[in-house]
Amino acid sequence: MTQALLLLPLAAGLAAFLIRGDGARRTLLVWTARLHFLLAALVIYDAVSGGRVSALLPPAGEAVWFSFDSLGLLFLGVTSLLFLGASHYAVNYLASEKRDPGEDSDEGFIFNNAPEAVFTGCLLLFLSAMTAVTASRHMGLLWASVEATTLLSAPLIYFHRHKRSLEATWKYLLICSVGIALALMGNLFLGAAGLKSGAGLDLKALLLSAGALDKPLLKAAFLFLFVGYGTKMGIAPFHTWLPDAHSEAPAVVSALLSGALLNCAFLGILRVSAVCASAGLADFTGGIMVLFGLFSVVTAALFMLGQRDYKRLLAYSSIEHMGIMAMGAGLGGGAVFAALLGALSHSLAKAGLFFTSGMVLAAEKTKRIADVKGLWRRAPRTAALWLAGFFLITGTPPSGVFLAKFIILKEALALKHYWLAGTFLVFLAILFAGMARIFISMTFGERDAKPDEKPFEEQSGMLAPAAAFFVCVILAGLYLPDWLQSLLAGAAANVGGRP
Amino acid sequence: MHTFAELTIVFIILMDLALAVTGSLSSCIRLVALQGVVAGVLPLLAGHGAPHLRAVAFAAVIISLKGVIFPWLLMRARDRSGAGKDVEPLISYPASIMLCLGAFIASSWLGSRLPLPEANVAWIVPASLATIFTGFLLITTRRKAITQVLGYLVIENGIYIFGLALFVEQPMMVELAILLDVFVAVFVMGIAIFHISREFDHIDTAELSELSDWRRGEYGK
Repeated sequence: MTQALLLLPLAAGLAAFLIRGDGARRTLLVWTARLHFLLAALVIYDAVSGGRVSALLPPAGEAVWFSFDSLGLLFLGVTSLLFLGASHYAVNYLASEKRDPGEDSDEGFIFNNAPEAVFTGCLLLFLSAMTAVTASRHMGLLWASVEATTLLSAPLIYFHRHKRSLEATWKYLLICSVGIALALMGNLFLGAAGLKSGAGLDLKALLLSAGALDKPLLKAAFLFLFVGYGTKMGIAPFHTWLPDAHSEAPAVVSALLSGALLNCAFLGILRVSAVCASAGLADFTGGIMVLFGLFSVVTAALFMLGQRDYKRLLAYSSIEHMGIMAMGAGLGGGAVFAALLGALSHSLAKAGLFFTSGMVLAAEKTKRIADVKGLWRRAPRTAALWLAGFFLITGTPPSGVFLAKFIILKEALALKHYWLAGTFLVFLAILFAGMARIFISMTFGERDAKPDEKPFEEQSGMLAPAAAFFVCVILAGLYLPDWLQSLLAGAAANVGGRP
Repeated sequence: MHTFAELTIVFIILMDLALAVTGSLSSCIRLVALQGVVAGVLPLLAGHGAPHLRAVAFAAVIISLKGVIFPWLLMRARDRSGAGKDVEPLISYPASIMLCLGAFIASSWLGSRLPLPEANVAWIVPASLATIFTGFLLITTRRKAITQVLGYLVIENGIYIFGLALFVEQPMMVELAILLDVFVAVFVMGIAIFHISREFDHIDTAELSELSDWRRGEYGK
C-alpha cells in the first residue's frame, strides 16, 4: 500500500510529461488524485478501524524507509484530500487558461504560460514528494523528500512566465534551499548525538534510545532543524519567501503550498521535537516553538494591516496559522491535539480561500484590494464563498479553526502563561479586525461603474472544491467522528514521543 | 595517511579565501568545483587502511557530479545568460577577505567549543564551518544569480565536510537521495538563471526587488 501511494503519483507524473493531448493529461491528473485519495483513505481506515496504527510500523530493530504512524497518516490524509480538490480545480483552471491567453492583471502586459505538460507533471511529482515526507521513517530521507518538494514546486510557481513570478520563484528556490541546507546540518548533529548509542537517523531507533542521546548535540540538532524546516514552514522571521511565492503562483498552486507543503515542513519539526521530548528536552524545544510561534502571529498581524494585495493577505494569514500551530505543539498536553486539528482545519479553509481568490482574480482582473469592491454584484457565489472563508479562517465558530485556537488559549491559561495568552488574544483580535475590514469592503463595497465590462461566468467546477472544503471545516468544528478523534489523539501521542 | 588529509584541509581553507577575492566568474566556478572534488576525496584519505569499495564508488559519484557536471552546467548558464566575466561584489574584495578571515577565527573558536566527538583529522570542524560561512558570504555579497548558486554549492561542500568530521554515516540510499536533490537544485537554478537573463536582460539579483509589502501596489499605474 505504502509503495503504491508513493509510486502512483510518481509514475503518473513522469507519464504526464510524455502525453501530448491536453484532455488525456487532465484526465490522468484527476484520476491519479482520486486513486491516491482512495488508497490513502483505505490505509487510514485500515489503521483506525482495528486500532492497528502501531501494527503498520515495522517491528523494533528493523529499519524501514517508508511506513506510517498516526502522525504520518494524518498529514497524508490532509495532503491527499487537498490534492483531490486541487486537481478538480486545476483541470478547469487549465482549460480556462487555454481559452484566453494571459494578460497580466496588474501591469497589463501579455505573457505565456509554462507548457501544460510540465505543470501537470510537476504537480503529480510534487504529490509524490509530499507523500514521501509523510511516510519517511528516516530523518535523512525526510530531509531529501522535503528538499524534493521545494525543487518540484518551483516550476509550478513560475507557471505564468513573467518578471514577478520569476522573482518569486528565484527567492523561493534560494531561500528554501539554503534553509533546508541548515536542516541538513541539524541532521548531522542529530546523527552525532546518537553515535554512542548507535541510533543512526532512523526515527524509531532514535525514539527508543532517546535517553542515551547526547543532550547538547541534540539541542544543537533541534535548533538547526527548527530554523531549516521553519524557513520552509514560514515561521517568522524566516518567512520572507512566502508572501511573494503565494501571491505570484496560480491560485491552485498557492492552495497546495499553503495547505499541504507548509504542513510537510511542520511535520519535519514535529519529528525532531518528538525525539527531543522523549529525551526529556520538551521544555527546551517547547519554549523555542512557543516563542517563534507567537512572533509569527505578531508579524503576520502587523503586515496584514497595511496589506494591499489580497493574495499576500492570505499568505500572511498562513504565517499566522503556522505560528499558532507551532505554539500549540510547543505548549504540549492538550494543545498538541489542538495544533494538529488546527493544521487540518487551516489546510482545508486556506486552500478553499485560495481557490476562491483565483475566482476573484478571474472576475476582477486585479489583485489589488482597493480595486475590488462589491464583488457580490459581479460574482455572487464567489463572494459568498469569499466571505464564508474569511469567517472560517479567522476562527468564527463553528469552525475547526475556532476549536483549535480556543483549546490552545485554554491550555496556555491552564499552564499559567497569562502574558502569552493575553498577547495571543490581542493579536488575534487585531487580525480579525484587519481582515474583516478588507473582506467586507471587497464583498459589499460600492462598486465602480464599468460599462464595458462583460458579465462574469462563475464555473461551478471551480467553486465546488472550495465549498466542499468549507463544509469539512465546519463539520470539524461541530463534531469530530470517533475515527478522526482517535487519529488525532494517536498523532498527538506521536508528537509527545511515542514511537 | 593523515598528513595528506590535513594538507587537504589546509587546501580547502585556502580555497575559501581564494573564493572571497576572486573576481572572475569562471575562476569562481572552477574553484568551487575543485573544492567539491577535494572534499569528495577526503574520506578516502581520512579512513584507516585501504578504502572500502562502497566509499570509492561514492567518491567517484561525488567527483563526477561536483567536478564535471556542476561546472559544466554553471558555465553553460553563464554563457547562455551573457553574464559577463566579473563577479561584481557588493562589498570590496579586502572587505570580503577580512570577513572570511573573521569567519575562520570564529569557526576555530566555535569548533573548540562545540561538544563534538574527537575528530581524527585536525582542523576539520573549523574548516567545514569556515566553508559554510564563505558560502553565506557569496550568497549575500555578490550581485549575480550565478554566484548565489555557487554560494549554495560552497555551503553544501562545507556541510559535507562537517558530516565527515562527525563520522555520521548515512545509508547509501540517503546519501544518494541528498546528492540527487543537490543535482536537481543546481539544474533547476540553472534554468531559472537562463529565464532571468531573458526576462530582465541581466542576472543581477539586487534588481529583483519588485515584490515587497510596502512599495508594492504602485506598479503599472
